[in-house]
Amino acid sequence: MLHATWKSLLSRKLRLLLSGLAIVLGVTFVSGAFVLTDTLGRAFDDLYALQYRSVDVQVRPAPEGGSTEDDEEIRTGVPAGLVDRVRAVPGVAAATGIVSVDGARVIGTDGKVVTTTGSSRLGSTWTGENDLVRLRAGRAPRTGDEVVLNAALLEAAGVRLGDRVGILTVQPRRTFTVVGVQEYTGGRDSLGGNLEVSFHSSVASRLMLGRDGQFSAVGVTPAAGVPTAAVQAGIRSALGAGYRVQTGAELRAAARTDAQSDLAVVNSVLLGFAAVSLLVGVVLILNTFAILVAQRTRELALLRALGGSRRQTLASVLAEALVIGVTAAAVGLGTGIGVGALLAWLFSTQGGRTVALAGIGVPLMAPVAAFGVGVLVSLVAAVVPALRAARIPVIAAMRESATPDRPLTTLNRAGIAAGTLGAALLTAGVVGDGTAWLLGAGAVTGFVGVVLLTPAMARPVAGSIGRLFAGTAAGRLGRLNAGRNPRRTANTATALMVGIALITGMNTVLASTTASLRDRIADQITADLLIAGDASLADDPPAFDPAVLQRVRALGGVSAAAGTYRGDAAVDGERAAVAVVTDVPAHARMYSMRAVAGALTDLGPNRVAVRDDTARRLSLRPGSTVRVRLAYGGTRSMTVAAVYTGGDAVGEWLLPISEVPNLAVPQLANVDLTVAGDAAVADVRRQVEALLADSPEITVTDREGYLRRQTGQYDLIATLIQILLGLAVLIAVLGVVNTLALSVLERTRELGLVRAVGLTRGQTMWMVTVEAVLIAVFGALLGVAVGTGLGAAVVRALHRSGITTFALPWPRIGLCLALGAVIGVVAAILPAARAARTDVLRAISYE
Amino acid sequence: MTTPVAVRADDVWKLYGSGEAQVTALRGVSLSLARGEFTAVMGPSGSGKSTLMHCMAGLDAVTRGEVRIGATALTGLRDRAMTRLRRDQIGFIFQQFNLLPTLSAAENIRLPLSIAGRRPDPAWWEQVIDAVGLRERLGHRPNQLSGGQQQRVACARALVPRPEVIFADEPTGNLDSRSGAEVLAFLRASVREFGQTIVMVTHDPVAAAHADRVVFLADGAIVTELRAPTAEGVLDTMKNLDRVEG
Repeated sequence: MLHATWKSLLSRKLRLLLSGLAIVLGVTFVSGAFVLTDTLGRAFDDLYALQYRSVDVQVRPAPEGGSTEDDEEIRTGVPAGLVDRVRAVPGVAAATGIVSVDGARVIGTDGKVVTTTGSSRLGSTWTGENDLVRLRAGRAPRTGDEVVLNAALLEAAGVRLGDRVGILTVQPRRTFTVVGVQEYTGGRDSLGGNLEVSFHSSVASRLMLGRDGQFSAVGVTPAAGVPTAAVQAGIRSALGAGYRVQTGAELRAAARTDAQSDLAVVNSVLLGFAAVSLLVGVVLILNTFAILVAQRTRELALLRALGGSRRQTLASVLAEALVIGVTAAAVGLGTGIGVGALLAWLFSTQGGRTVALAGIGVPLMAPVAAFGVGVLVSLVAAVVPALRAARIPVIAAMRESATPDRPLTTLNRAGIAAGTLGAALLTAGVVGDGTAWLLGAGAVTGFVGVVLLTPAMARPVAGSIGRLFAGTAAGRLGRLNAGRNPRRTANTATALMVGIALITGMNTVLASTTASLRDRIADQITADLLIAGDASLADDPPAFDPAVLQRVRALGGVSAAAGTYRGDAAVDGERAAVAVVTDVPAHARMYSMRAVAGALTDLGPNRVAVRDDTARRLSLRPGSTVRVRLAYGGTRSMTVAAVYTGGDAVGEWLLPISEVPNLAVPQLANVDLTVAGDAAVADVRRQVEALLADSPEITVTDREGYLRRQTGQYDLIATLIQILLGLAVLIAVLGVVNTLALSVLERTRELGLVRAVGLTRGQTMWMVTVEAVLIAVFGALLGVAVGTGLGAAVVRALHRSGITTFALPWPRIGLCLALGAVIGVVAAILPAARAARTDVLRAISYE
Repeated sequence: MTTPVAVRADDVWKLYGSGEAQVTALRGVSLSLARGEFTAVMGPSGSGKSTLMHCMAGLDAVTRGEVRIGATALTGLRDRAMTRLRRDQIGFIFQQFNLLPTLSAAENIRLPLSIAGRRPDPAWWEQVIDAVGLRERLGHRPNQLSGGQQQRVACARALVPRPEVIFADEPTGNLDSRSGAEVLAFLRASVREFGQTIVMVTHDPVAAAHADRVVFLADGAIVTELRAPTAEGVLDTMKNLDRVEG
């Protein structure tokens, strides 16, 4: 029996390959994810080992609330005096104050700021050559106007030794002379893609930390023979709380943990796509096996008649599935290792990065997961067809035709039950307060319901769409064929539906987000022009010279202008984003912000305002006191002067103007302005643009441009996700090809008949194409419907996060349906050609 | 000859394969079928009767010689022209699998016209439907019809476009004797009443006896023919053929 299985597998290589392809893709994602994270993880390990090799002990400001998470840290410095205190600790041979902070943005020769993808742009103090840093060319900076750039930055900026170069820091743009080029151990241009500017020690603190006499850390060298741990303990007890004292090994471990958690995100994204394509794979394999079992009914019944047992029939189908699963897993593992290695290599080489790959790693988890997933998925998919094969009665061997499709009653009942339950849960979730688990459970149950009901919908829906093609005989025949095997049509369409549903769901959420934002901007923002930096995902939003505000105010045609500073703070030990607004009444007018308790005009030294939801959460009212710590100035007690509503541009906390010097970045993040009635916005905008010549990262936009900038940041991610989901759709196309090919094969006699009575080759191809288009458009319609439902559920769940308007992405929905039609046409090419080539004589001869 | 010729085969040869494995299925067959005549082609298995029909119907290409349907020579016709010729001038009735399961009886009958984008002439349609006696069954699907009814639907389908000739390949081969008799009676009637030309390949002497003329094939060549045959006469001729063969 196993021999017979093997024979039948070999005779349908291509077909099985097609259905196994989705598993190959899924396994590729799975193993690729493991290979990528392992390879990069080890590359980062090596990098950090290098970076912290020469660090014995380092002292930095302590994070708020005793947390060890780097994210919780407020960017601040340690006072210069700390160096002496550390040096005085017994066992310390040397203590050096260093500045090394992200945010030194060099303006390249093209006038644009040099950017990185995820790596830091460090601004540091030049502390001389050491184990790690070496001068490749030139000399050390001798004055505050001289800098050393690392080799990667020199190349990225397109500058040469001796050139003058503009650099943006927390201070406005300043011009420096490049006097040296630095490299790292082993002649590296960069450490892990970081760009680095080394300033003279006299200016580094002011430029990178906002004020003089600060260091971002103190590096400690223990005296000969004193263990690192002893020095660490000594410094800790000498300095008390408020500082973090870490050894090089601890820093390395912390950096490694950070990198691991970033890689874990990449890992889960890839595994998510793996799950999608594996789901599609299950549907495709199930369909292929169902069709093959139906077509082989007589053959399987004959085997039973010759003495094969039910168990053997079951085993033979499952064995086929197992072979597919193992083969697909093996292929997927191979491509996964390739893809993982390729991605790691791209990552290590792009943008002048010099993360040296320490060889491609294939962790044990990769093959284990690949084969586990491949085998499991194919077996699960084959169980239903296998059981059906085992139930074929022996008498079927004597019957003329294949058994007709079983009635859909049970399936329909289950589908209606699941669909109703899902709809009820969704309604409860939507009508209620948008409880996430209700919506989630509703979405999943509803999805299952739709999947179970697809066979029942196949005939009526495909039939209705098919009316478009009912003008010709070939079109009518194609339409009838599409509704002929509802299960087959439904399964094929379901595979397509998965990808399109996810794409539509995402687009629905994006469209709703945009619409909500647009509504809010229309309702609340009356500013005519908004000056701000382009927020990218990697960096803090860039800031600019406060002098710009004065110059903007002085422009003719500007009726009001308000600037906003931003910073991080700890309020009652909790990390919070704070803002300072230069002209609160003007800002409040432009952003429809108003006090619900107290008065916004009542802000002053140590008197702050808080947004209503935060006030409710922390039980604050005017007169309450909170403990606030900013980058500088220590922890102080402040009084709540007002509680406000609206004012999205401010955030949770509004601080008085007197706090600007205590912020890590004493520069403006935004300026918003209104134009006087008789001035043209475009004119004013041109004049403002001229003022921003020194800040290439900052742009001025009108409200529409602001909206685009706010939504634009999702575009790249959305495109990326859609490309990956597109792969799932692509695989589903193979499913359509597969189904059609099997159907064409099954209908050889019919094709011969219609060819004999006068259907031309062209008409035959059209007939198959119509069938394919109907199946694919049916799938696309289902996908759009399910995706819209999913999107609506997510939008409802996000209601509290400010997505209050539900909007449908009509153009993209239209695109999905058109895509369905195109998929149909493309998928039909090979089966249609095959159908057209049907040899009439062989098809009709009865032997 | 005053009667116009519907189908004509001139020195038709059909060879399969090449070299040692070459098989000669037809060796120089010449045959003229008069319009409005019911011809049966008989012969033992392997005599080439099916091949001859396929060649005359344009389903298979001849190796040598010429076939004409009406005024059209089939030799050298491209697929599109051949398909159109089949659609407009030839009707087919096969032994089995004659109907599309997705179409109703009426739709099946209309299929060739509908492929051509034409509508049947209403009066002619009514006449044919009455003749096959399926008026009550027009809305049924093939799987709701008996074998005989299905074959009568196939007959109507062949007849409705008024082709130059109808080729019937063992039309009664899969039917019980009563259903077979109904189908043969219908074919006979369409020749008599509508002047339809019909060629029927069969191995059943009783079926062949319904024809105006029986042509006997053996080993790829015409050996003899009978006019106004009877079942006994056909049977005798067949026995003689077998004896010659043996």
